[in-house]
Amino acid sequence: MSTGVITRARPGGPARRAGFGSVLRAEWTKFRTVRGWVVGMVVAAVLIDLIGLLAVQSSIACGNGRTGAACLQSVPTGPGGEAVTDSFYFVHRPLASHGSITARITTLTGRYVSGGAAGPGLPGGGLQPGIQPWSKAGIIIKAGTKPGSAYAAMMATGGHGVRFQYNYAQDLPGLPGRVSAVSPRWVRLTRSGDVITGYDSADGRHWTKLGSARLAGLPATAQAGLFATSPMYMKVTSGFGGSSGQEGPSLATAVFDHVGVSGGQPGGRWTGQDIGANGPAYSGAQIGFRQAGGRFTVTGSGDIAPVVPGTGSGPSGTIEDHLAGAFAGLIAVVVIAALFMTAEYRRGLIRTTLAASPRRGRVLAAKAIVLGLVGFAAGLAASVIAVTVGVRLSRDQGQYVLPVTWLTEARVIVGTAALLAVAAVLAVAIGTVLRRSAVAVAAVVVAIVLPYVLGVAQVLPAGAGEWLLRVTPAAGFAIQQSIPHYAQVTAQYTPPAYFPLSPWAGFGVLCGYTAGALALALYLLRRRDA
Amino acid sequence: MSRTLPARRAGLPAAGPGGWPGPRGALHAEWTKLRTVPETTWLLIATVVLTVAVSTAAAAATRCSPGTACPVDVPKLSLTGIEFGQAVVAVLAVLAIGSEYSSGMIRTTLTAMPRRLRVLAAKAAVLTGLVLAAGTVAVAGCLLAGRLILPGHGFTAARGFPVLSLANGPVLRAAAGSVLYLALIALLSLGACAVLRDSAIAVGVVLGLLYLFPIIAAVVSDPHWRRHLEQIGPMTAGLAIQATTGLRSLPISPWAGLGVLAAWAAGALLAGGLLLRFRDA
Repeated sequence: MSTGVITRARPGGPARRAGFGSVLRAEWTKFRTVRGWVVGMVVAAVLIDLIGLLAVQSSIACGNGRTGAACLQSVPTGPGGEAVTDSFYFVHRPLASHGSITARITTLTGRYVSGGAAGPGLPGGGLQPGIQPWSKAGIIIKAGTKPGSAYAAMMATGGHGVRFQYNYAQDLPGLPGRVSAVSPRWVRLTRSGDVITGYDSADGRHWTKLGSARLAGLPATAQAGLFATSPMYMKVTSGFGGSSGQEGPSLATAVFDHVGVSGGQPGGRWTGQDIGANGPAYSGAQIGFRQAGGRFTVTGSGDIAPVVPGTGSGPSGTIEDHLAGAFAGLIAVVVIAALFMTAEYRRGLIRTTLAASPRRGRVLAAKAIVLGLVGFAAGLAASVIAVTVGVRLSRDQGQYVLPVTWLTEARVIVGTAALLAVAAVLAVAIGTVLRRSAVAVAAVVVAIVLPYVLGVAQVLPAGAGEWLLRVTPAAGFAIQQSIPHYAQVTAQYTPPAYFPLSPWAGFGVLCGYTAGALALALYLLRRRDA
Repeated sequence: MSRTLPARRAGLPAAGPGGWPGPRGALHAEWTKLRTVPETTWLLIATVVLTVAVSTAAAAATRCSPGTACPVDVPKLSLTGIEFGQAVVAVLAVLAIGSEYSSGMIRTTLTAMPRRLRVLAAKAAVLTGLVLAAGTVAVAGCLLAGRLILPGHGFTAARGFPVLSLANGPVLRAAAGSVLYLALIALLSLGACAVLRDSAIAVGVVLGLLYLFPIIAAVVSDPHWRRHLEQIGPMTAGLAIQATTGLRSLPISPWAGLGVLAAWAAGALLAGGLLLRFRDA
């Protein structure tokens, strides 16, 4: 139909078409004055909070049967603010602010319990030989013996070669391959003030630098020495209708020789200590160290790593658990956004709208902006409450919620709001394309929520579910993931705690779909008769 | 308000006492309305095509490599598309009454047939028939796709995965149950839209009811709560009918699960019927 006739110069006024500002204001007025839509947005926000709080109230998040304050205290916090596991056998002596430690690792072996039915004071008979991929043994310089204190370590691992790790989250690779008597590994750490540098070598003469770590606040006298530790044995059968993990405690034993420390106090003695005995308690016969001449044999159990959800035991509550209601809010926002566009078609109002503002792209842009902003505001208000109040309530009840930095928390909260905003824009665009509200709502909800349901419920084989969370708009929920995937920790990295894409990449996928839908909507709005 | 218009037309056999259309007339009217809207045909075709396509994709993506244990429920995997097809069925069912509200046609309908519950019953009957037909075709397509694809992906009879056949009791239950599942989803959606009187809101509410239960269950770490959520969710309970293995670990037994969905559908229809009866249209 021909448009633009009506909006000629109004008598008395300047000859003008509506500028973008007034189009925007017109759309805002349309939204504001329909009570059902405003109420719907409030309902969306309330749903997010209600479902989030209800879902969390019914959770038990602390492992080891601990509750209340005992639960909160049982998990140490690393220098970066993250929850960490810091439990290993440590043979140590003091180290001054300048010095180094060198050792040769000649063997690394392990034993583990596969059944998972391990009690305290496990008898040796229940163990079978076998090393875990992330069993670790090597040398370490640590601020102190308190769990969670800063450290840097050079280590041999069961299946990932030599590594330089520091402050729990950082991990750099060194020489590959397994340690054996014929192929030992030399490792060295040098300390210069608060900078620790790691080296490895195959022969003790040619050294390769792996990296340096600055450990803020490392005291003048740190502890340096040998360590061994081994995480839970874990066999993940990622399957259909729920993946299951089988797990049990494990031990690692390493033999060291050519141990040399420079910069230590004269006459210092080696002290053996079980740091952070938090896991299954082994009897003294099983962990500890032996020194015979220059040979040290160290056996330990545990891990020096960040705590992540999905390890089967231990705390697993995350801040995004409190945002499970975002799906309900998203559906409500999508319904309103689709209606915001399709209601114009139903009543024929679209002809008036396009007559008043013949540049159709502007109308679409104004609608998208209004709904995007309203969705963002509703989502932000709701997710701030859901996360801050929800996490506090959970902690008051003695449930452990994995701590994250304020930057991550802000990303999760603002990201959830942005998710609702982009979903609203997508619904406006799809509503423009399809012009039928019910079909548009179904299309958007199925595109965003169903892949997530299929990925989470694991109806599909694990690979297919992961693929869905990569290529469909559901990838956007990656923005809610607060605990990253650590390559050096064995866990079930499956949804809902983990997404295959990084937070911003996943959000980008959703934005890409939305941009494509907007382009199609613009094309059709221009080409089609209204 | 409506007693003047529907004078008995000569030759129309379906009129009941009092001059208004009887049950057959109501059925005939609803059938005509649904049949003559091209959308109905498209949505029914979409139900079949999308369901079979998703099932085919799921089967094609699944492999059982030699030497590994594959804990796969083959009939359930073959029927994955139902999770997608139910959304199309929900749209179809919602539009069956929702488009009458959006166009104002509902007033004409209720003028012609003032016995409102009969209108809703006729809509439900016609819709159920259509969805049962489309669902049967879709489920047959899904099973056929599974039967053709899965044996080539390592799911052979020699490894304990018999060829999909309706002669097998649990497979028949999964197949027939999936068809019934789609019909019940249609009735739930119809009832929800009769309550809400807006197709977009109704679709949102129905899809929320279906999809939110599994999502919330996934973040609840307390096993008892999780089980309860899965027992009362219309989709999580209803789709238990597709299971053929591991019935003991299901949150709810297959037929009881379908019963939960039936209760949801009956509740929605009852609420919709009562509101339709006592509220101004």
